[in-house]
Amino acid sequence: MQISMTVNGNDVTSEIEPRVLLVHYIREVLGLTGTHWGCDTSNCGTCVVLMDGQPVKSCTVLAAMAAGHDIRTVEGLATGGTLDPVQQGFMEEHGLQCGFCTPGMMLTARALLDKNPHPDDTEIRQAISGQICRCTGYATIVRSVQWAAAHPAGHGLDDAPATDYSAGTGLDGTDTAVPDVATETAETGTEVKA
Amino acid sequence: MTVIHDRPSNPAAGDEDRPIGYGRIQRKEDPRFVRGQGHYLDDIVLPGMLHSAILRAPVAHARLVSIDTTNALAHPKVVAVITGKDLLGLKLAWAPTLSADVQAVLVTDKVRFQGQEVAFVVAEDRYAARDALELIDVEYDVLPPLVDARKALDPDAPVIRDEIEGRTDNRIFDWEIGDKAETDAVFASADVVVSQEVVYPRVHPAPLETCGAVADFDAVNGKLTLYETTQAPHAHRTLFAIVAGIPEHKIRIVSPDIGGGFGNKVGIYPGYILAVVGSIVSGRPVKWVEDRSENLMSTSFARDYIMQGDIAATKDGKILALRTHVLADHGAFNATAQPTKNPAGFFSIFTGSYDLKAAYCSVTGVYTNKAPGGVAYACSFRVTEAVYLVERMVDVLARKLNMDPAELRLKNFIKPEQFPYANKTGWVYDSGNYEAAMRLSMQLAGYEDLRREQAEKRERGELMGIGVAFFTEVVGAGPRKHFDIVGLGMADGAELRVHPTGKAVVRISVQSQGQGHETTFAQIVAEELGIPPEDIEVVHGDTDQTPFGLGTYGSRSTPVSGGAVALVARKVREKAKLIAGAMLETRPEDLEWEKGRWFVKGDPSVGKTIAEIAMGAHGTVALPEGVDGNLDAEVTYDPPNLTFPFGAYICVVDVDPGTGQVKVRRFVAVDDCGTRINPMIIEGQVHGGLTDGVGMALMEIIEFDEAGNCLAGSFMDYLIPTAMEVPDWETGFTVTPSPHHPIGAKGIGESATVGSPPAIVNAVVDALAPFGVTHMDMPCTPARVWAAMQGRARPPI
Repeated sequence: MQISMTVNGNDVTSEIEPRVLLVHYIREVLGLTGTHWGCDTSNCGTCVVLMDGQPVKSCTVLAAMAAGHDIRTVEGLATGGTLDPVQQGFMEEHGLQCGFCTPGMMLTARALLDKNPHPDDTEIRQAISGQICRCTGYATIVRSVQWAAAHPAGHGLDDAPATDYSAGTGLDGTDTAVPDVATETAETGTEVKA
Repeated sequence: MTVIHDRPSNPAAGDEDRPIGYGRIQRKEDPRFVRGQGHYLDDIVLPGMLHSAILRAPVAHARLVSIDTTNALAHPKVVAVITGKDLLGLKLAWAPTLSADVQAVLVTDKVRFQGQEVAFVVAEDRYAARDALELIDVEYDVLPPLVDARKALDPDAPVIRDEIEGRTDNRIFDWEIGDKAETDAVFASADVVVSQEVVYPRVHPAPLETCGAVADFDAVNGKLTLYETTQAPHAHRTLFAIVAGIPEHKIRIVSPDIGGGFGNKVGIYPGYILAVVGSIVSGRPVKWVEDRSENLMSTSFARDYIMQGDIAATKDGKILALRTHVLADHGAFNATAQPTKNPAGFFSIFTGSYDLKAAYCSVTGVYTNKAPGGVAYACSFRVTEAVYLVERMVDVLARKLNMDPAELRLKNFIKPEQFPYANKTGWVYDSGNYEAAMRLSMQLAGYEDLRREQAEKRERGELMGIGVAFFTEVVGAGPRKHFDIVGLGMADGAELRVHPTGKAVVRISVQSQGQGHETTFAQIVAEELGIPPEDIEVVHGDTDQTPFGLGTYGSRSTPVSGGAVALVARKVREKAKLIAGAMLETRPEDLEWEKGRWFVKGDPSVGKTIAEIAMGAHGTVALPEGVDGNLDAEVTYDPPNLTFPFGAYICVVDVDPGTGQVKVRRFVAVDDCGTRINPMIIEGQVHGGLTDGVGMALMEIIEFDEAGNCLAGSFMDYLIPTAMEVPDWETGFTVTPSPHHPIGAKGIGESATVGSPPAIVNAVVDALAPFGVTHMDMPCTPARVWAAMQGRARPPI
């Protein structure tokens, strides 16, 4: 059958089998592999894309059902080479590790912020509660979305990404030879929390 | 990647929070991931590539009577159907496991677990391959299944591995360590002895990306290129050479971006081998990607240890000895991936963080009609089970003695001055200051206030629990004199090249599954060489591009490859000194190192930077005798000992008295991983492991019914924590460097997975103390908690 839809602002038309899932259509027909697949049962949310601005799990949507709709994938998050604040937030706040759930998480975050520009942490957790991250433990994802909420324009063109060195050191020129545990007392501290 | 604009001045050496290599910088891998430009296995498309699917057994135990593939082969899009019989002809029906056993690639005689591989279809597209599975007719003669390890050694138990000549039972091994007589003697004279059976149920790593492979066999050149979701590409290359008989120099294993591993992607699964066979048979590249049910039902599980624990102490709370017998369920094939000479991995560190007089353990391993595997899910080769046992036993003892569990631990810790500490089962702990970590976690948690709050709530009938756990990890396998996997030693290689303009490429043998190696290892080179991390490219995951090494698992990347990278950078630095001497026409011994440059002692204005030296090395400088014209080096690092990270965790739960629902309200984690590199990445590793812990303690379990059906074959049944089930983590740290590691780092990847389950279960049991509950087994689901409150036997899940 023939289907047409808008994907990341581009009109696409394809001849497909009626049973083709939207996730497979996006990945294999359109070649947009940023949308992932993880479970078949609509539980993990790695396949989330936006359909008319709403997060949907593309493993449980037939491509035919998306015909006539506006689809946005992770490849459509950045505009004109500038990353969406959500993308910048995930980098700033370590909202990703293996990166597999990340596209779906970011799209849900984008949809949330479009509706609710200043969500509290619980609202963010609820928004992403249909999606699984196996790496981060979610706290840094929450911080990432909060970063995006606090920086609706992201980094300006002249505002380079700020890397926080407060917890780090530069090169101190010392030779880091084998530390002598006998003379070095355990040092304590607490993490900087967002 | 992040461009570092304003490099901060260097804090004074000795700054108490001193991560190395620029500390918290953004990850170099993130720009591609946030753009959806990661390159995972299923993203690989090769010209002419075919797809495949595996037909799996619907029952747990059955004789294979017949397979008819006629209808499947008649499907217009099917290219090949491969059965066990075909593999017998190729001598590939059985493959060696990582534990000196064999595993069926495809069933030839008998199905031994539900979901086992029966036939392999190669077709033009993904959907056709799946369609064709339905067209294969298989006749089974169903046998009684054995899925309860406790019944595995019964005289009337079905013998699962009857293909092994002379085998008449399901016993795989009996193994013991420690001094039994000494331990029994301590127990016999102890004031207090407490016993408890502690079950660590079968769970699954369930990385979000399932396992898969793309095999591309070039018949003309005899070269196999195999893209795999593997945590250990070099080990796989050697094993494929041995198993498939393809010469090793004709095998290239590529591990692309990996969507999470957690130990699930260490072993060689039948699907990988079948993709290779499919490519050889069809003459085209073949992709195999398993679905979620296949991942949960057939690939490497974790745990499944039934542990009988005994703890002996004086009446005032001095712990004297620990004793345990373990019944270990290894599934249908002993495919445990672990590097020791003993079959229980690192379980013998069950003595924990305590100074004991004696310890003894025995382990019996059995076959059951369940999927093989056994070491996975960030377990540090069964340290997870060991820590869970000892930390539950200490809590059981605390209850018996009516002592505070934190106080009991503080009373029994190995003291800082006792390190290096030889425990009773042969480990030598490198360094530690346990009391400092414990006290910091109590301070961060507000421990005394929490106990007061709990007392008030108990008065009102509210169920609040506070759980304490302390762990000592053992990671960084390992010294080649003690550790190997199928004969391969566990050293790691590193190669560093500094190009003429001073930009560097470091090639490492470990493989990231999300840990951020491209950042962390660049930071180690940056620290050692004085060039910024953005000028250092990290190459990994391709056996044609990287030096040999055994891969990433068991938290070994920083302890082993991190050591290799530091040492190779130091080797380059020393070479740079010789070249700088030639360039400055001075003796190398008159040079001093600082901030990425060698300068003349006493005259800091005269010196050469690494970039200048690199250009000199590749240029026309007259080099000293014996110095090659480059600024490259390579090393293979054989660690002298393992490293022993540790941590103190405190968990606060609230239990709904009406439903038994457990809510983790707070979790305080203090970790000590030695010298820290990137605090952001460390914190991320800890957060992920804590979430694993919530999953295992409260939600995750792979159970089987009496007919042998796996009851956790999808994410509808195998429950994984979402953002709603976990709190905002509270983390802290202490720094006790490893004395033998080149930069003092110990590893962090699995600490939280090891340490958090006992903290959570201890909290749940503490919450249920008013009901007289002294122990309950994971996962503490609402049904189980509610049953425990009623004094009833626990329901299955």
